[in-house]
Amino acid sequence: MKFSDFVAADAIRSTVVANTKEGVIREMAQSLVDAGKIAAGELESIVKAIMKREDLGSTGIGRGVAVPHTKHPSVNRLVGTVAVSPEGINFESLDGEPVRLFFLLVSPPDRPGDHLRALENISRQLRDEAFCKVLKSAKGPTEIQQLLEEADSHGMVS
Amino acid sequence: MSAETLSREVVVGIQQGLHARPADLLAREARRWQSRIELVAESQRVDGKSILDVLMLAAEAGTRLVVEATGPDAQQALEAIGHLFERNFNEHENA
Repeated sequence: MKFSDFVAADAIRSTVVANTKEGVIREMAQSLVDAGKIAAGELESIVKAIMKREDLGSTGIGRGVAVPHTKHPSVNRLVGTVAVSPEGINFESLDGEPVRLFFLLVSPPDRPGDHLRALENISRQLRDEAFCKVLKSAKGPTEIQQLLEEADSHGMVS
Repeated sequence: MSAETLSREVVVGIQQGLHARPADLLAREARRWQSRIELVAESQRVDGKSILDVLMLAAEAGTRLVVEATGPDAQQALEAIGHLFERNFNEHENA
């Protein structure tokens, strides 16, 4: 699976305003609403579901990256977006580091395989330290999108 | 010192596959041991102590993996990791 298969280009944010865990999740979910990927009426329910998942264990997987996610019946295909917090946010991540790079995923309940393949793609690409670094310091949503496209077209980086 | 490599096969029993939470639990358990821990799937071999590596397997329910441990506490490490799979990582449905 490629980034372009699940990242909504219009919902990418290079400078989130929020400085809390719930704040950044809400801001990203709102960006998916604005991009027409999730219904406005489902926003609260989706944010709540993602926070509930975070309670089971932070999705801050280290290297300043988090992958907040949930299953939700209101989507019929995997949708996601990317955001960067220039200052970093305390996400109770596994290595204790603040998180600057976020991938938010909302998947249909009956498609666990798609969710796994998105995680696989994200983790594979982020093992490349340089890629991780340039994403975090991207100058705008367009630059983030270009970086993701580049990663997609290179296929296997490592 | 060339330590012997021990291995055992495990099966992913979690319906959702080896997603972020079980991958985290697995890497955490692996890091508790001195031995090198590797997971081998059909076409990949990854470091069991890294959550990013474990996620790269994208192991769906029913996938067979071989866990390999090399080092002084290989036996105990394999038992502990095998136990996680046997308990399905304490995963309940909708988790």
